[in-house]
Amino acid sequence: MEGWVIEFHLDGRSGVSPYLQLVHQVRHALRLGLLREGDQLPTVKDVVARLAINPNTVLKAYRELEHEGLAAARPGVGTFVTRTLTDASLAAHAPLRRELQRWLARARQAGLDDESIEALFTTTFRTASEEDIA
Amino acid sequence: MTAVLQARGLGKRYGRRWALRDCTIDIPAGHVVGLVGPNGAGKTTLLKLAGGQLAPTSGSVAVLGGPAGGPAQLAKVGFVAQDTPVYAGLSVADHLRLGARLNRGWDAALARNRIGQLGLDLSHRAGNLSGGQRAQLALTLGLAKRPELLILDEPVASLDPLARREFLQGLMEAVAEHELSVVLSSHLVADLERTCDYLIVLVDSRVRVAGQIENLLATHHRLTGPRRDPGRLPADQHVVSARHTDRQSTFVVRTEAPIHDPAWTVSGLSLEDLVLAYMEKPAAARPLLEVQQ
Repeated sequence: MEGWVIEFHLDGRSGVSPYLQLVHQVRHALRLGLLREGDQLPTVKDVVARLAINPNTVLKAYRELEHEGLAAARPGVGTFVTRTLTDASLAAHAPLRRELQRWLARARQAGLDDESIEALFTTTFRTASEEDIA
Repeated sequence: MTAVLQARGLGKRYGRRWALRDCTIDIPAGHVVGLVGPNGAGKTTLLKLAGGQLAPTSGSVAVLGGPAGGPAQLAKVGFVAQDTPVYAGLSVADHLRLGARLNRGWDAALARNRIGQLGLDLSHRAGNLSGGQRAQLALTLGLAKRPELLILDEPVASLDPLARREFLQGLMEAVAEHELSVVLSSHLVADLERTCDYLIVLVDSRVRVAGQIENLLATHHRLTGPRRDPGRLPADQHVVSARHTDRQSTFVVRTEAPIHDPAWTVSGLSLEDLVLAYMEKPAAARPLLEVQQ
């Protein structure tokens, strides 16, 4: 798939259906700014030739992206990104990452291992999200 | 839409043994169909009946809207037999010439391009090719015929993982490009999981289940809970497999309706679990396994 902006991969053990994995990967790339409005997604033929998956899986993923308003098919040409998911927040990524790195360093100094750091982050994240909803 | 493969009470008997019996299926066009089952279940027999290489003992089989084996059908159906056979003494070029002679709709450009992409030397004798290359040559012959339906019998069983992946990549690329329907058999679910969107499970000469994989996964559930007699499950829950301990029952059921019974812990199945559930003998026939649980 040389020449394409992104390359898909599949995790056979994730339990997530293959078409959803493709959808997630496009959304992820949109959020990180890897994919931008106007970019062409790999053609169905290229995706199946690389991943050895059923063409209908790719078609279904692209239909889902169209349904979400993230992509549009141009008959005979391919499927193109029609929206970006980064907006203004992309500019904030770099300073936030620096803060997070400093925080991680402090956590390690305090003696937390990877698993504890992840657990602390996940529970805090979840509590904060729940408070937002409430 | 015309069915690519339609069988009505189809059966084939060799002497006194039925290799396939009472097979009724209806497969719409545009699918990649996986035919899965243990060795000796009747997969090859079903494929050969569909390819017109065998005549049924009972019932009927039609492909692409006409009886299997008729001249119109033979022209529209490609068949890659078990272990992707090629002529060891003939060169790659000989195989392409032979294909062009024997098939009216032969796509010489497609054949040449594929051989080029694969990096095969036209002057090489097929007997000197690797297993993966032989399989790719057989696939090329099957595709260059430009069939509407391509039947492949255990095409990747004897290949190493890389050759297996490359073969399936080529096959899926052709499906995307030429919109052909495919039926392929395998005794390994892993080969079928990514490539197929329709599944037929064949066990002991009988079709146990057939349908679109997405639909099969959505309608099969594993129920775990206090021990219960299968007869006391709701009538719309078809029991596929049942296991019991003194206190606990585990069922795999097929149902269109949601399961509300609070006694059950309900979970989904992977494709492999689903196929294995159909391959299991009825629980009553396996008392030893029950004790082991």
